[in-house]
Parts: sequence; C-alpha cells; structure tokens
Amino acid sequence: MSAITRDEVAHLARLSRLALTGNELDHYATQLDAIIEAVAKVAEVAAEDVPPSSHALPLTNVFRADEVRQSLTPEQALAGAPAVEDDRFRVPRILGEEA
Amino acid sequence: MSLIRKTAAELASMIAAGEVSSVEVAEAHLDRMAEVEPKVKAFLHVDRETTIEQAQAVDTRLRAGEKLGPLAGVPIAHKDIFTTRDMPTTAASKILEGWRPPYDATVTKRLREAGLVILGKTNLDEFAMGSSTENSAFHPTRNPWDLTKVPGGSSGGSSAAVAAYEAPLSTGTDTGGSIRQPASVTGIVGMKPTYGGSSRYGLIAFASSLDTPGPFARNVLDAALLQEAFSGHDPMDSTSIDAPVPSVVEAARNADVAGMRIGVLKEFGGEGFQPGVLARYNETVQLLESLGAKVVEVSCPSFTVALYAYYLVAPSECSSNLARFDAMRYGLRAGDDGTRSAEEVMALTRAAGFGPEVKRRIMLGTYALSSGYYDAYYGQAQKVRTVISREFEAAYQQVDVLVSPTTPTTAFAIGERVDDPMAMYLADLCTIPSNLAGNAAISVPCGLAEEDGLPVGLQIMAPVLADDRCYRVGAAVEQALESRWGGPLLKEAPSL
Repeated sequence: MSAITRDEVAHLARLSRLALTGNELDHYATQLDAIIEAVAKVAEVAAEDVPPSSHALPLTNVFRADEVRQSLTPEQALAGAPAVEDDRFRVPRILGEEA
Repeated sequence: MSLIRKTAAELASMIAAGEVSSVEVAEAHLDRMAEVEPKVKAFLHVDRETTIEQAQAVDTRLRAGEKLGPLAGVPIAHKDIFTTRDMPTTAASKILEGWRPPYDATVTKRLREAGLVILGKTNLDEFAMGSSTENSAFHPTRNPWDLTKVPGGSSGGSSAAVAAYEAPLSTGTDTGGSIRQPASVTGIVGMKPTYGGSSRYGLIAFASSLDTPGPFARNVLDAALLQEAFSGHDPMDSTSIDAPVPSVVEAARNADVAGMRIGVLKEFGGEGFQPGVLARYNETVQLLESLGAKVVEVSCPSFTVALYAYYLVAPSECSSNLARFDAMRYGLRAGDDGTRSAEEVMALTRAAGFGPEVKRRIMLGTYALSSGYYDAYYGQAQKVRTVISREFEAAYQQVDVLVSPTTPTTAFAIGERVDDPMAMYLADLCTIPSNLAGNAAISVPCGLAEEDGLPVGLQIMAPVLADDRCYRVGAAVEQALESRWGGPLLKEAPSL
C-alpha cells in the first residue's frame, strides 16, 4: 500500500498554495510516496521517553536592547513590490472569495 | 606564480606590503572568470565595475593608513543566498529573479568591513535545497575536475569558483552538508561552524534551526581567516551565540595532533561507500595515528537514521519559512489579471516561481506537520534529534574529534540523480548528524579515488564551540599530505 495517495498530494498542494497540474500531481505522488516510506524509518529509534529538540542551542527568550533605530524608508520597503499604489503594497482582492 | 594561484593569506600580505594593489588582484580574478566561466558557470551575477569600485575603496583605505583585517583587499565569491544591497539576490529561484535587497546580510556587512572585495554572487541549488547545484533555476554549475560532474551542493557555485581559481575564498551555507559536501567533491576545504557561531541575519532562510554560514578556501588557514572575519555574536540574530570562542586561526597554525583522541565512526564506512573513498579515508586515519593521535573506534548507532530525521525536520521548517513568498510585497507575482483573488494569485505565483525540489520539500514538510501525522513524523524526528545529540555527547566523552568520509562517493555525473530524490539525499548521509546537533565540522581534501581520479574529503567533527579542533586536525592532515604530494591536491586538477 502506498504511503500517500494522489488525492492527499492534491490536498497538500492546496494547503501549500501551489497550483499544480494533473501531471505534476502524479509525478509528486510517486516521489513523495518513496520519500515518506524512507523517512518513516525514524520510528526505528526507541525514543518514547526522550524530549524533542526543536533546536540545537539551549536558548530561550533572547531580546535585543529596546532602542529606537533607523528602519527602511517607504521607498526602500516598496522598491521590490510587484505593484504599488499611494505608498502602499497593491494586492489582489482578499475578501469575497466565496462569491 | 600568477596572482590567481596564491592563497588568500599570501595575497593579503602582498596587498598590505604594497607589492600589489587590491584592484590588480581583483582584475586578475575577473580575467580568470572571463576565461573559465563559460565552462564552469559558478556565478549567477558578476559586475566588473562594482567589484573594481570596492577594490579601489580598499586601496584608498589602506593608503590612508587605515587598519583593516588580515584579509583586506582579497577578493571573494559570495553565495547568492546572502543579501547584498549592490547586487541582485535570488537564492537561485525564479521567485526572486532580479530582486535587489534593501539591506546587507550581517555576513556581507562583515566581509565589507574586513576589506574583502565581492567578485559576484555564486550559483546554488534553489533556496539551498539540493546536493548538486542542478536545482538552480538558472543553470547547473560544473565541477572543475571533470565538467560532466556536479560540483556538489547546495553551495556548488562557491566550491567550483574556488576550485577553478576564480576566487581564493568563497562563502557558503550548510544546512545538511551544503558546504562540506561541495568542498569534498571539488578538492577544497569547507567548514560548517558551530550553529549560532555565524549570523543568519540576511541569509535567506531554508531551515532556521540548521542553516549555518561558513567558509570555503583552498587551504585550512585561509578558511580559518575567513571564518574569523565574518563570525561572532550578532544582536540581529536571536540564535547567535554570545560567548567567547577559541581562535580558529591559531588552531589552523598549530597543526599538532600529538596526544589527541580521534574517534572513527563505525556507522559510516560500509555498504554504499565507494571503495576508492574508503581507501583514502582509511589511509588518512592511519596518517593521523602516525602523527601521534590516538585512534579509537566509536559507535553512534542512531546516526544511520539521521538522514531520515533531517528530511522531516528540514522540509517542515522550509514549508513554514517559504510561506513568506506570497507574491504580495516582493518577488514574482503571476496571474494577477484583476479577476483572481489573492489566494489564487499566490498559488499561481508559487507554482510558477518555485522549482520541483522546492515544491517537493514544501509539500513533504506540510505533510509532516499535518495533524494526524505530526507525532509520527515531525515529532518523532525531533526526538531522534535529541538522541543524536546525546550520542555525540557520549562520543565526545571518549574522544576530542570524530572523523568519517565527508561523502559516500566522489562527484557524480550531472543528471544522474535528478529524478531520484532519495539517491540525491544520500550524498549528505555523513554530514547531517552535525547539523542536527549544531556541532562544528570541516571537510579537508585527503586524496583522489583510484577508480575515477576525483577528490575525496575527510570530515572532522567537533563539539559545539570547539571549531578550533576541526582546524587543528585539518591543518595537521593538510600539512602531512601536502608534503607527501609535493603541494596541494588541486595541482592535480586538469587545467580548464
């Protein structure tokens, strides 16, 4: 039995905001199936009582000094924007998507 | 000897003594690039004028008596994943094609302050995801030893540039082996510093708990000088270590392994390893013993599953990090015809802007983080990460450093593994454990494999903040082998 179906890959693509074609879904379903089957071997390590590590360093709550510093100007911040209007990022509509 | 064959330390002292100007050194390298780039294709962006301007500025500062660092005036190739204000920064992705960052990465800033002259931005696997540089959206880079082979990856442009004498130094980033593996397969030195020892500010994120900037050079001392130039605490990176570190430059000059305890990892060396790689590796271990080191066999049983834990941890972090490419504030926007919603534009842009490996990893990470799968995949991988760190700690109770081959095979052919992701991932088998534990590790050349005449690398691993041990052992190996070979390994490379 395969670890992941084409329908599941289509769902992952939606969650990942990737508009994939039918051919791509077939291709990724085969490859992801092989990868997931391999990485499932992490289960071989008996680690029930072991705490998880999200990070290699034992650091918590690192703050920098609360000082006023120079930040980007609006021109700098908008310089790489795909579309700009009135000193703001112009974006496609985000509301009424259900309509 | 021509300027391009000199070490970075030699060039720096010639520039400091006024024997040659930084502009002359930069020009010699730009000329070399013009000659060999059509074959090697190490760079994504080269701008002669900007480079000469930087060199002129350094010459002016030096003439004015300004005290600059020990690499002042030396040219460097910079991986195109560090932001640079005066050059485009793409991470080798179509989604960032043509982007000009509004700020310099900390590593970039420190290179400039130290008087290093940036020759251009080097090619990489898109967003540093890959082991061959074939995942660049723009073009593959070729291995200077054999133009039909890969230069390793993800920092393959940086390794190729140094191996092809286009630059004496380059920068890289190592998330699962992306500095050490390319260094190994191109016959040069590449170091992954302790995680947190070098700043990630302005480094385009792939897997934030693993990404580590580090140096490439043609010898151990040059690599140490470069690491020292850009490392150290950075308040702009909350995972930057604020602690004193032993001098790596001193260690690179020390080169004494007498009495050091060296652990040979039992898990790396059997099936799947090329015989020619193992032959050079075993000889080098014997060499260390003859230099007075005490060699013992060490076992870290979970290292064999480190690869699998990595391919859950890194894609999970990548799926989260790369969510920032949303077609709204910078980078590519595709399909915005006035009728489509932001969400539709986002999905079309990401489909058009990301290459196949990036899409694969984003979906794999999304899967591993999904409810219902989280505990079995990401959660278990995080526990394995703890187990691996503990096995390292136990090993370092017995030994000062651990060694292994850097990669199971020498450079593979371009195209050979592109359609088989798992085969590609195996290139990082030996390098991944040090990333999961945040430890330091270096790759130094240790000879050519008999069957194909291609370079083999020795990996030397050390505990957190013991980067100096990597350099000390690396320098000892380099010194002993170069006296045997009558010069650096790279002199065996065919002329381009």
